[in-house]
Amino acid sequence: MNRTALRSTLSAALAVTVLALAGCQTTDQVPADDAEALTVTAPWVKAADEGMTAAFGVVENHTDTDIQVVAARTELAVIELHEMAMDDDGAMVMRRKEGGFTVPAQGTHELVPGGDHLMLMGLTGPVLPGDEVEITLESQEGTTWTFTAPGRTFDGAKEDYVGDGAEGVGGMETTSP
Amino acid sequence: MSDGVDRRRFLQGGAAALGGAALALGGRAVWDETRSAAEAAERPDAVGRATEPSDGPRQAGVSTVPQAFATWVALDVLDGVDRAALTRLMRIWTDDIARLTRGRPGLADTEPELATVPARLTVTLGLGPGVFAAADREHLRPAWLAPLPVFSVDRLEDRWSGGDLVLQVCADDELTISHAVRLLTKGARTFVRVRWTQRGFRSSPGSVPPGSTMRNLMGQLDGTVNPVPGADDDIVWHGSEAPAWLVGGTSMVIRRIAMDLDTWDVVDRGGREFTIGRRLDTGAPLTGSREHDVPDLDAVDELGLPVIDPAAHVRRARTGDARERILRRGYNFDDATGTTATDSGLVFVAFQRDVTAQYLPLQRRLDELDLLNRWTTPVGSAVFAVPGGTRTGEHLAQRLLEPGTG
Repeated sequence: MNRTALRSTLSAALAVTVLALAGCQTTDQVPADDAEALTVTAPWVKAADEGMTAAFGVVENHTDTDIQVVAARTELAVIELHEMAMDDDGAMVMRRKEGGFTVPAQGTHELVPGGDHLMLMGLTGPVLPGDEVEITLESQEGTTWTFTAPGRTFDGAKEDYVGDGAEGVGGMETTSP
Repeated sequence: MSDGVDRRRFLQGGAAALGGAALALGGRAVWDETRSAAEAAERPDAVGRATEPSDGPRQAGVSTVPQAFATWVALDVLDGVDRAALTRLMRIWTDDIARLTRGRPGLADTEPELATVPARLTVTLGLGPGVFAAADREHLRPAWLAPLPVFSVDRLEDRWSGGDLVLQVCADDELTISHAVRLLTKGARTFVRVRWTQRGFRSSPGSVPPGSTMRNLMGQLDGTVNPVPGADDDIVWHGSEAPAWLVGGTSMVIRRIAMDLDTWDVVDRGGREFTIGRRLDTGAPLTGSREHDVPDLDAVDELGLPVIDPAAHVRRARTGDARERILRRGYNFDDATGTTATDSGLVFVAFQRDVTAQYLPLQRRLDELDLLNRWTTPVGSAVFAVPGGTRTGEHLAQRLLEPGTG
């Protein structure tokens, strides 16, 4: 659709929107390796004393190119990118997400209990409620973004994990203050 | 936060579609956002959309125009919770409060839709005596932060008394309060246990003119004499003379006052007005014609008897010492389940700089002699210190808990 023609037919308020949309598509190019290209809104980690836990948040891509997040790291644990999926018996299980997450250009990818999430495995210490955990996301191109996720007491996210030698692990919540 | 998320999502969807419908919706959203505040106030859900700021030099919920509903949750610190743990708890609560008061869900909020109606939500943190010991800050506990002395009228029950911490949660919508209390308490359960919960109510927003004095369940206007925010700040607030954590802070006394409404029913209108020294309809003193008229305590009737009885509540509550005043911010409670033997009364909440200097002289006079005592019985009592408000990036009670404060 022709942008100029559109603008001439719409109200001033709408024109602002059209310009904003157009800007996203053409003129507002942000390189994918920019430090601000990827942010995580409202991140948090389920508090856990030991073993494994999970991190969540809304990953936002501020560039005009899809970003493929292929890895995540923290000093506290090994992180796998996980998804929830149906196993052969029809039960919902979490498992490693092959290829990682796609955060669409100018879009978001939600990491939520019951959906895609960051799985922290083999905790080297507890994640206490109110603690702050630094997590780094890495794209296919090797660009990294670090964010801070506070620990929160949470009863959910107990889904069975299907992975190498760690099947059926649930109940990760903390009892520590 | 989620504003940005929502907006970006919209832009992305619009960019993908670039269709007429998506653009029309987007244009409408822009139009809505640019409408004036006056127009916004006229929206049918204006009460739910209204917000109170959660950060600033003072905590909200004290000078804030009282919302319609309130819940107080007193909590006890669990064994092993030390200063470091309390610091983490304060970080969690400060974050929760910042989000909820803006109509945003908390982190790990399992019912985010319940967070979308702020309805002037405020959450006020109070620190009980026990938290100073748990935080190894006993030497910083103000002398007035202790259980009140026992008064002869008291029939205190443990289930309404004490507490290491309190959260006063107020809003113009009870669903908003319920959700906020749930989020704040379940997220804190590894640090604290709930000691007691009290709930109170006033008139709903829009049902009485703004600024009206609350009516209690005895039918009286309750809280006519109150400091004026802005004019009487030194009655309530600590200034730069206080320790850093208490600058912009105050103290909170919460007393659960049971009313014997069954025996109050026996008293006729004249007797009720005599008890208080005020008229029931206007709240005017028996010597005046308007609510805020100053009672003439020396006035006598044609028989030479005082118009306002020596034991009338208004006389006994009155002080000649301007420093002995308090800010009252009470709410009614009504847990009655039968036709008689009511479980009703007032959650009396008073804020003042210094409990000992301001609240105690008043309470001693009322304990000694007050006609109202025949129908009212304190059944709960708790005292808390309200630390100053939070600056951006700071958590509640940070200036008390941070290293080096000791």
